[in-house]
Amino acid sequence: MGGMALPQVAPVETPEIEEAPADDRPWVTIVWDDPVNLMSYVTWVFQKLFGYSKEKAEALMLDVHTKGKAVVSTGARERMEMDANQLHGYGLWATVDRA
Amino acid sequence: MFRRNGSQCVATFAVDEVRVLRKVAGEVVGLLTDGMDHGDPVVSRLFPDIYPDRPDDSAEFRLYTEGELKTGKIDQAGAILAALPDEGEGEVRLDGEAAEAWLRAINDARLAMGTRLDIRADTDLGEELDEAVLHDPGSSRVFQLSVYAYLGYLQESLLNALPEIE
Repeated sequence: MGGMALPQVAPVETPEIEEAPADDRPWVTIVWDDPVNLMSYVTWVFQKLFGYSKEKAEALMLDVHTKGKAVVSTGARERMEMDANQLHGYGLWATVDRA
Repeated sequence: MFRRNGSQCVATFAVDEVRVLRKVAGEVVGLLTDGMDHGDPVVSRLFPDIYPDRPDDSAEFRLYTEGELKTGKIDQAGAILAALPDEGEGEVRLDGEAAEAWLRAINDARLAMGTRLDIRADTDLGEELDEAVLHDPGSSRVFQLSVYAYLGYLQESLLNALPEIE
């Protein structure tokens, strides 16, 4: 887009109004499905790292397995980065994104 | 394979098992220490981009975290080497901390081998192995597939031998 001929009109303000609350959106850690990691291992990692009950950890693991990915934690960006980094230490495939 | 004995996870390994475990743990250490190549799919799998759509942010994060992550992975592979008998067959006894290091290290080794062997969600290991044996029973692929399968059983046995997480 060249942009030089764009008229300066009202719509300029609309995105600003929508962007502001977007900054308050939390971040999420996502774990992706992987053909190598054992289901029992992934469950154990979720219990160990997040302190989830066996039932919750298993449900989350099945979510990853059947849907291809699952949100495993939600919060401030730095905390999500730490979670993803720890998950990498366990060999899980984790990424961080906006909620 | 591992079994529970009191508060420990115990396994008796035959000579060949000790040799294979030393080899795979040594290979992981080698991969992590010989100037890691980020173009290698195994390295990308062990150190995934934290922001897949934002290479700059991923690179910056990597700058601060990769060293420690790498040291952790080398240490956990080292835990396998440290617990194995020096030579010949022998018993391995792991407390909770060592068992966790073994689980993580076996997983890294399986990720590395699985990536090299192109293991996919629909891969049937038995079929792959049959096919590789038909093609050439003495091939490196037959050996790699067998070791990969063995490590899966070993990891599962160790998970089953762990005390329940409260």
